[in-house]
Amino acid sequence: MSGDSVWVLGANMTRFARYPELDALDLASQACLDAFADGGVGVHDMDILAAGSLFQPPGFGQRLQKQIGQTGIPVFNVTNACATGATAIRVAYMAIKAGEAEMGLAVGVEQMGKMGLLAGASRSERKVYEPSGRHGSVTSVDGILGTETMPGVFAQAGTGYAYENEGVGFEQFAKVAYKNHLHSTLNPLAQYQKEFSLEQIMGSPVQSYPNTTLMCCPTGDGAAAVVLVSQERLRSLPKDVQQRAVKISASVLTSDPWVESGQVQPDVNTLTRNAAAQAYEAAGVGPEDLGLVELHDCFATAELIHYGSLGLCERGGAGEFIDSGAPFRDGRIPVNVSGGLISKGHPIGATGVANVYEVTTHLRGEAGDRQIEGAKVGLAHVIGLGSACGIHILEKSSIPQAA
Amino acid sequence: MPEATPANQVPIVGYLQLGDDPYLLANECAGCGARYFDRRNACARCGETGFAEERVAGAAVLKAFSVVHNAAPGIPVPYVSAIVETTDGTSVRSNVVGLDDPMKAELGMQVELTTYVCGTDDDGTECVAFGYAPA
Repeated sequence: MSGDSVWVLGANMTRFARYPELDALDLASQACLDAFADGGVGVHDMDILAAGSLFQPPGFGQRLQKQIGQTGIPVFNVTNACATGATAIRVAYMAIKAGEAEMGLAVGVEQMGKMGLLAGASRSERKVYEPSGRHGSVTSVDGILGTETMPGVFAQAGTGYAYENEGVGFEQFAKVAYKNHLHSTLNPLAQYQKEFSLEQIMGSPVQSYPNTTLMCCPTGDGAAAVVLVSQERLRSLPKDVQQRAVKISASVLTSDPWVESGQVQPDVNTLTRNAAAQAYEAAGVGPEDLGLVELHDCFATAELIHYGSLGLCERGGAGEFIDSGAPFRDGRIPVNVSGGLISKGHPIGATGVANVYEVTTHLRGEAGDRQIEGAKVGLAHVIGLGSACGIHILEKSSIPQAA
Repeated sequence: MPEATPANQVPIVGYLQLGDDPYLLANECAGCGARYFDRRNACARCGETGFAEERVAGAAVLKAFSVVHNAAPGIPVPYVSAIVETTDGTSVRSNVVGLDDPMKAELGMQVELTTYVCGTDDDGTECVAFGYAPA
């Protein structure tokens, strides 16, 4: 295995929105072709394709090749809940790291339209009660034995944190949504770009208390793609291309270890803590070095509990952290300056690639109005229930500007 | 011996034991004591393959909750979904029942297992669910 780093050579995302006139192939193709153009390369330079989508039928990667180039390279179709996109990146990363590929394409896409509420299982009314499955259930238990809906599950993760730690309540959760909606007003790629007051957020219809509608990510459509390259191949490319390349200092994927309560409430903390520890170790940096963080704010309650798990604050200190303004774009550690999933949107397969695109764009100094000045290191985090956590730490190129 | 389940009733899940004194029945790992409500091939914690059935305590404390306003069709809203921890250290997910106002659910509150009929099928068989009511 190569000790050399893997680099992001090209990156692109579509605006997250609703595209009823397009299909997932259109969206993915657009992101891939624009990522090629961004890196100054083409499909014939790719040695591997990792294609992530949660809802596309099997074989999506091969169908995508029919649109962007059938070159015969290996295709990995990736599905890993909300960590699908990050997992696709990790697949391409590992192939390059292993010396099996010099250049690879990772793409994530989703076309969700207005899917509405995502629940753990769809409800099918049985006419005759008969036990089935490993729990021997005779009917859908969602809503009877607690909730399986995502806003509810993440609400419980938030109130569980509030039970164990001081200074966390409805207002602290709402402030997360206030921040991310505010940030999104500077991001033309965000699905929603509208500021809301704290009162509007707390007063919007309750989905699953404490998550109101404005504290939940929307469903939507979109794609994002990155071209990864080995360090050796990067060195053979023109200096100006090398200068825009961004180093992947850490690429980590974890799953949830056993915890007592895990069978009834997914533990979204331990695997994030484990991934963060591995990522900081691999990158040789700490949370204090981060210029920006894009983390998985599928719901406001989720973002708040990730602060401590990622080491952005003390483990139980998330209430004070948001109250202090630290994660705002002018704060100590800007979090979700893209608007996050709450405002930018969450087309599931695309999300984990889009947050790497966002961090890459800031490290290149190309983020326009939302640029975090002087950002040299950034972290992208996603979590999928089940569970999977992906973290990538990215670093600005240290190659000096050409004379 | 627990009372037999009435002929016209079935528990909503296999781990709910009906009768005069309903309770939850867990599969407890013979190696490490980890408890599971579903059938397991091996323990997710230690890998042991032996399990014994153990009765779970009915008394519990509310550790996390959400007041759910948007739910699947047919589910009355709002309702309180909760994670409770029983006095013998087992986490359970279910609804908090018996509150006149769902916003009265409070972290740390003492609750107790209770059962109720949640539906009837075309053969007239009643489905019995469990929830937790303020103790």
